[in-house]
Amino acid sequence: MSTKIEKEEITIKFAGDSGDGMQLTGSLFTGNTALTGSDLATFPDFPAEIRAPIGTLAGVSGFQLHFGSRKIYTPGDECDVLVAMNAAALKANLTNIKKAGTIILSTDGFDKKNLRLAKYADGENPLENDSLSNFEVFKIDITKLTREALKDSPLGTKEKDRCKNMFVLGFLYWRYDRTMQGTIDFLTQKFAKKPDVLAANIKCIKTGYHYGDTTETFTTQYKVKPAPLEKGTYRSIKGNEALVIGLITAARKSKLSLFYGSYPITPASDILHGLAKHKNYGVKTFQAEDEIAAVCSAIGASYGGDLGITGTSGPGLALKGEAIGLAMMLELPLVIVNVQRGGPSTGLPTKTEQSDLLQAMYGRNGECPLPVISASSPSDCFEVAMEACRIAVKHMIPVILLSDGYIANGAEPWRFPKAEDIPSIEVNFKKPIGEDETYFPYERDEKLVREWALPGTAGLAHRLGGLEKEANTGNVSYDPANHEYMVKTREAKVAKIADFIPEQKITMGVEKGDLLILGWGSTYGVIESVTKELSEEGLQVGHTHLRYIRPFPKNLGEILKNYKKVMIPEINNGQLSKVIRDHFLIDVIQFNKIQGVPIMKAELKYAIREVLENM
Amino acid sequence: MTKNNLKAKDFATDQDVRWCPGCGDYSILAQVQKVFAEMEMNPDEVAIISGIGCSSRFPYYMNTYGMHSIHGRAPAVASGLKIANPDLSVWIITGDGDGLSIGGNHLLHILRRNLNVNILLFNNQIYGLTKGQYSPTSEVDKRTKSTPMGSLDHPVNPLAIAMGADATFVARTMDRDPKHMQAMLKRSNLHQGTSFLEIYQNCNIFNDGAFFTFTDKATKKASAIFLENGQPLVFGENDEKGIRLDGWKPQVVDLEKDNYSKEDLWIHDESDLYKAQMLARFFDDPRQAEYLPRPFGVLYATERVCYEDQLIAQLNEAIEQKGEGDLNELIAGSVTWEI
Ligand code: SF4
Repeated sequence: MSTKIEKEEITIKFAGDSGDGMQLTGSLFTGNTALTGSDLATFPDFPAEIRAPIGTLAGVSGFQLHFGSRKIYTPGDECDVLVAMNAAALKANLTNIKKAGTIILSTDGFDKKNLRLAKYADGENPLENDSLSNFEVFKIDITKLTREALKDSPLGTKEKDRCKNMFVLGFLYWRYDRTMQGTIDFLTQKFAKKPDVLAANIKCIKTGYHYGDTTETFTTQYKVKPAPLEKGTYRSIKGNEALVIGLITAARKSKLSLFYGSYPITPASDILHGLAKHKNYGVKTFQAEDEIAAVCSAIGASYGGDLGITGTSGPGLALKGEAIGLAMMLELPLVIVNVQRGGPSTGLPTKTEQSDLLQAMYGRNGECPLPVISASSPSDCFEVAMEACRIAVKHMIPVILLSDGYIANGAEPWRFPKAEDIPSIEVNFKKPIGEDETYFPYERDEKLVREWALPGTAGLAHRLGGLEKEANTGNVSYDPANHEYMVKTREAKVAKIADFIPEQKITMGVEKGDLLILGWGSTYGVIESVTKELSEEGLQVGHTHLRYIRPFPKNLGEILKNYKKVMIPEINNGQLSKVIRDHFLIDVIQFNKIQGVPIMKAELKYAIREVLENM
Repeated sequence: MTKNNLKAKDFATDQDVRWCPGCGDYSILAQVQKVFAEMEMNPDEVAIISGIGCSSRFPYYMNTYGMHSIHGRAPAVASGLKIANPDLSVWIITGDGDGLSIGGNHLLHILRRNLNVNILLFNNQIYGLTKGQYSPTSEVDKRTKSTPMGSLDHPVNPLAIAMGADATFVARTMDRDPKHMQAMLKRSNLHQGTSFLEIYQNCNIFNDGAFFTFTDKATKKASAIFLENGQPLVFGENDEKGIRLDGWKPQVVDLEKDNYSKEDLWIHDESDLYKAQMLARFFDDPRQAEYLPRPFGVLYATERVCYEDQLIAQLNEAIEQKGEGDLNELIAGSVTWEI
């Protein structure tokens, strides 16, 4: 009989070769965890190369899951449990395991070749020496057990070995006292057309489960109680999924056709894939020949009356710059989604970074201010997507939406809204006019917004373009005073958006005090949880997190004044810090991490303490 | 298109036309306005999209919907527009620099996708707006401000590119033959799919006479061949010359001196892909002693389903298969749980 131990929170990392199916194992375990009512956050860590050589450090693919019976803000700093399918996976993650943590090893991944590929010295084998003596280590010959379990299966050895991850999953289901039915249902659907593969997968899950149950080495099972989440219906959501759903919802709520022009780029491609699957929602996807064509097609679509959207990552945003400037001059709605990744140039395509705030703010020729908004968590992407569309349509302007690789692929539980509770987005196309009337394409309303006049509307024939326009008529104008007037008007138009966005709020900690932690984007979780813990210790810290970066919420200046100091943690070299200094003429303390990975709680906490101690 | 009684001048705007006096663009503008009137186009249902360059000022002078976009990208803008509203008559105005240099990629892709739009490529073999640098269609050894010792680049052959991209309508005309241009514009407009019409256009400021061999009375007949579907390929001062195929090789024959009659000549067939490929290759430099005449007219025309129609068909098919998307289902996804 095993004993059951209750835990408040657990962090598990699945690591293996890209071919070991660790991403699938991780997501299935996550889905299963969500159903138990835990709160959770995940962080997939992809290898840079799709087909990195098998067994090498470069080929290690990881998936980290943090779940608990309290509110979970981050995927966890260090893990309680590491599952390592081979020597490289162990080596790459060894520094990330908690003291006295658990390591589950697949021993067959530690043969001579694997050790050499993982760059262990000749004769050195972590399974045999005492390098792991500070951990609880379980060595399991997963390959052997899997093959044994499948000895009657008609599958080839290679295919049988592909079921190893299901053995791992089954074993963990036992360890965390879970049921397997949901996963079996999922597999049944997934492999409906491959009965042999299905049978093998199910067999391996069960074998893994029973292995835990019957092998006497394993005496302890762990249980995590449900988290005190708000009552409601939940689903698990990744950032890119939430963007897809948010964009489609915005199109429905504005009664516009969604047009998505995009060119494949990591980590934004899943938005294109996700939208392309939803053609029955009237979604038009256009895989363009390049980034520039992608944005230009979206501009053309908006000109024609669709909700034109383009998505990309940093390098693509650079290519789109000129066209975004055109859209800004045309004063047409457009949403540019940038799922940021490590830069500059090709940079670190599979790694996360808050790399493009300055590019989004300033990366175009001429005076070209645009609204910039950012998503702070996977589920927040849903609301931010709708908000971007709302602003674009209401203010006739291109909106840049910043997400990043971390929230794009990370998952969390989401208490999703009902469609009928989501407010609609008002769209007013310019109505046809009679022959005795004149249409002025650049006539503006009190928001300084011009009307959306669609080709095909009687009486409104007009010409738009990237050349400077004369105010009101929209005719080409080289008049010096007019140019200055138009530049100022376009800037004022962006500034006016501040009248239509919510005020900035402190989400955690004190409203007035020693230190304000100001963040934007994917650092929300880590800042929020660190601020919570430090506040509980009685420290005078507060956290506020920006969704709207241009324009800033009107009260942000007031909030900044309520603290003695302001600290800005960012996964970059200090981009928001520059903007805040420029905008408010105050100094800020930077906390920057530029390693392609999220900020850890411990390091941020340490930095904040240091600031507070020296105040 | 609704019937109306518009005249060519009704398609003009109140904006001053800013091309240099004598520029070939004026003729193109006049023919387009005339043809639009004759074809009873509704100005409210026409959108003209251009890039950057002298030619790309065109939309400002047409009393229709129009967009002067950015350099080279008009095909991409037009693609989005046509997909958003397939009922519009969409025209892309581009030039040799705009369409074949900075925008070459987009031209290739719009042609292969075959959206139902019209492309007018004004070829003047020079960069006019930036004041006279050689362009991708300039002949080798062109002396310009950027190539004081002569240009090195072999010129682009626009129609061969169009054929290579599997365009469904490929034609050529010239600014100095209004009647022919009008006929070509009408054919372009009637074509279902992307029509590609190259227009030889004289830039009298920076490249005067680039096409005079083909457009000037004195030399036109001997150097240009006007294609007529079903008719033999004849040219020359008195139609005394013709082209026959010697195996796979086009051969110029003299109907008076050589022992050939019109029956022996190559009969033009717009639907013949292989012959059209060859015609597009009639691209000899007329400065050579011997050269094949340059073809004008419709080299190739075929039917292929239009991109936007298929795109819409896929949406309808998806709705038929899965039913019209339900927002609540989308938001909830496949697995949910209660807390
Ligand atoms: S520069 Fe040449 S092409 Fe441009 S308007 Fe003048 S004549 Fe025409």
